[in-house]
Amino acid sequence: MSATTATIEQPRGGPADRIGSFARDNAWTLGLLGFLAVLLGFTKFANPNYGLDSLQGTATSVLPLALAAVAQAVVVISGGIDLSISSQMALTSCIAATLMKGYPGEGVAVGIVILVLLIGVVLGAVNGALVVLTKVPDIVVTLSTFFIWAGFALLVRPAPGGAAADWLKGLVVGGLGIDWLPKAAILLIVLVALIWIPLSRSRLGLSLYAIGSNPLAAFRSGVAVNRTKFLAYVITGFVAAFAGLSLTASTGIGTPVPEPTYVLISIAAVVLGGVSLAGGIGGVFGPIVAVVVLQLIRDDMTFMHVDPNYGLVAQGLILIGVLMVGSLIQQRRSRA
Amino acid sequence: MTLTTSTDMLLEATDVSKTYGAVVALHNASLAVRPGEVHALVGANGAGKSTLVKILTGAVTPDSGRIIVRGRERKSHSPAEARRNGLVSVYQEPAVIPDLDIRENLRLTHTPVEPFRHWMNELGVENLNLSSLARRLPLATLRIVDLAKALAIEPDVLLLDEITAALPANLTERVLQNVQQLGEDRSVIFISHRLIEIAAVCDRATVLRNGETVGVVDVAAGSEDKIVNLMLGEGATALAQREGGHVTAAARSHQTPRLSLLGMSARRRLHNASFELYPGEVLGVVALEGQGQDELFDVLAGSERPSSGSLLVDGKPATFHHPADAIRIGMVYVAADRAEALLMQRSVRENISLPFSARIPQWGWINLGREKHKVDEAVNTLQIDARAGAEVRRLSGGNQQKVTIARWVASGVKTMLCFDPTRGIDIRTKNQIYVLLRDLAAAGAAVLLYTSELKEIQLACDRVIVIFGGEVVAEMPAAQASEAALLRAAHNLKPDSALPEEVAAAATGDMSAVQAAIDSQSTTVSQR
Repeated sequence: MSATTATIEQPRGGPADRIGSFARDNAWTLGLLGFLAVLLGFTKFANPNYGLDSLQGTATSVLPLALAAVAQAVVVISGGIDLSISSQMALTSCIAATLMKGYPGEGVAVGIVILVLLIGVVLGAVNGALVVLTKVPDIVVTLSTFFIWAGFALLVRPAPGGAAADWLKGLVVGGLGIDWLPKAAILLIVLVALIWIPLSRSRLGLSLYAIGSNPLAAFRSGVAVNRTKFLAYVITGFVAAFAGLSLTASTGIGTPVPEPTYVLISIAAVVLGGVSLAGGIGGVFGPIVAVVVLQLIRDDMTFMHVDPNYGLVAQGLILIGVLMVGSLIQQRRSRA
Repeated sequence: MTLTTSTDMLLEATDVSKTYGAVVALHNASLAVRPGEVHALVGANGAGKSTLVKILTGAVTPDSGRIIVRGRERKSHSPAEARRNGLVSVYQEPAVIPDLDIRENLRLTHTPVEPFRHWMNELGVENLNLSSLARRLPLATLRIVDLAKALAIEPDVLLLDEITAALPANLTERVLQNVQQLGEDRSVIFISHRLIEIAAVCDRATVLRNGETVGVVDVAAGSEDKIVNLMLGEGATALAQREGGHVTAAARSHQTPRLSLLGMSARRRLHNASFELYPGEVLGVVALEGQGQDELFDVLAGSERPSSGSLLVDGKPATFHHPADAIRIGMVYVAADRAEALLMQRSVRENISLPFSARIPQWGWINLGREKHKVDEAVNTLQIDARAGAEVRRLSGGNQQKVTIARWVASGVKTMLCFDPTRGIDIRTKNQIYVLLRDLAAAGAAVLLYTSELKEIQLACDRVIVIFGGEVVAEMPAAQASEAALLRAAHNLKPDSALPEEVAAAATGDMSAVQAAIDSQSTTVSQR
């Protein structure tokens, strides 16, 4: 076999090379982490009272947003988008709060959590089935279901209220033994690790990237494109249900009116976190860091008593600015 | 080999250099085109051809060097500017907006309609309806549209990048004739992997190797060898002679065919096609554009369901509802367009393991160790230069095509369906692909190879079938499949009087003619 006579040099690097290539592959996220460090420094400067214990508050308020961003990232990687995430969160949160009020008891709450997660799966499955079966563009389908889930949320709870089990609140509020180890952050890491690591290493994970990157090539390679697209929405619904539960846990109630900014922030965080809106590129770690960045910017605006309207303008400008600098650096690198 | 330098050149590029980081794409390359000539630009993939073309057309700014058109130095910063400077190019991929009709496309590029119509007629596409949407037209017609668009604005220098790659033989001929007769005032820079075309239409050829201009050749009889030697450089060694692995007619009669098609029809184009494909053979498929070959391959790959007819795999009836069904029984598809097969932004590893993991029927973890082993094996077998492995789109076209083949080899292939796999690929990689297909067949796989390059039939195949109007109209052993014979058959003309000696010779397994053809081709292959 003449074709095997020559073999190519495989780059077999030592640990230094491996760190180097890790840095290259994750340059965007590492850059974002750098930006976060600068921002933390600035936060301390802007608000000298911001201390380690303030991290707890930041972590608690970041948790639902971070989970929403993870949910969005999954579906965006697969080449889709889900605009209904915030009303999925509102609906699951309201169901959880209402049931926990009606059926108090710490043990019962466990069953309620499981039930709510299942409802999240169903909501995602409805989105996915509509997108796959009707061929209506995903942006239209999920915009429609945004209104539908929001309506259901108001039917479940006409006004904010309900309750949350103590153990659920205890999961997200406060520190884990020490002040600077916020429970919410630990929970986020555990949840994401439990969902994302098995997913990204499974065949389904590879298929998600494949259909996002090139649906035709994925189809020709034997990937079940429609089934994978459906499952992407199911996973998104599942993670959005976690996000809804975390809302209930951190506020102690269910709020029926969905916060539209959750969707917008989840998309902004996905983009800022290095996931391509065209699909096929990125992960969930970047979007989580991006959510923290966006939250800190908001907090800083508040500390500095910036007019909230100007605050919105500034947030948008920072978003564009960071993306511009990032893509400039990337272009420079690929040209160099 | 001296570079002609005189002031009466229509276009002159001198000392053009361009580096991308550590990679030197062009190093003091030069190109001089006389008025009225057809000038070939040749070089293996990665020689710097496309970089030079991009610089000439303003898509890339060179680090250094000068470009002089009609005695005046020109700096083009965009294709539009290059156009105003009299340099128009027709790229490998159609440059029309698919959702606009042809008339709107012409208006978009300020192309006058009447000259365009004139050129369309000259190029052999008459009565084109200008109101038809570009996406509804076949690829070959779009190529002609691109060319007519470029000709209609009467450029000083017309740059044709692999224009014939997607054209059927009859249109290619018309295009080449027209290119040759453009007149004294216009020049053409002609880029093609098909040396026969270069010999037919070009006056001179500039050869690039590793980013440098290594020679300018006056094209005449016998200059093909000279060009190939320049392209390959010193140390071109012959490919090791391949042991015969050809299936003879006698051997076939005892075997169950890997594939039997009976009266297969699909969509509008494929009607009642029947043929057999045996394990251990490479069966060529030849057809003019749009004779049902696309449909045939889609049906076999599981992307399309036939409207009638039956398919037997290893003697058992098979129906595919999804490509995964075909892949599961080892029947895989290699497309001409790598963009249809690969995840361009993902790594070599992921691309190779995608179909491999898609074959695992259940959910579950990808066994990373096993996966890595398979990938390394495939990369080595195919000599893929995987240094840019983080993103497949950074690989050269030839290496991308090797990745598409590698992934199937890694996942265990029994039947490989190749649809023009060497389109737009340099000679060296083409040869590696031929060898690979032969090796696969020698190992017992069956290979179905559609090619738009008739020469490939004798180089890679044992047997060839010709499709016309959706039906198999001819079958012949490769030894008989000269380009002339294939062209006649592809036009559904009756062959000249039968050649009994050759038929007899092929039947007894005397494939010396094929062997000789492969040997002569193998001299063009070098080892890195």
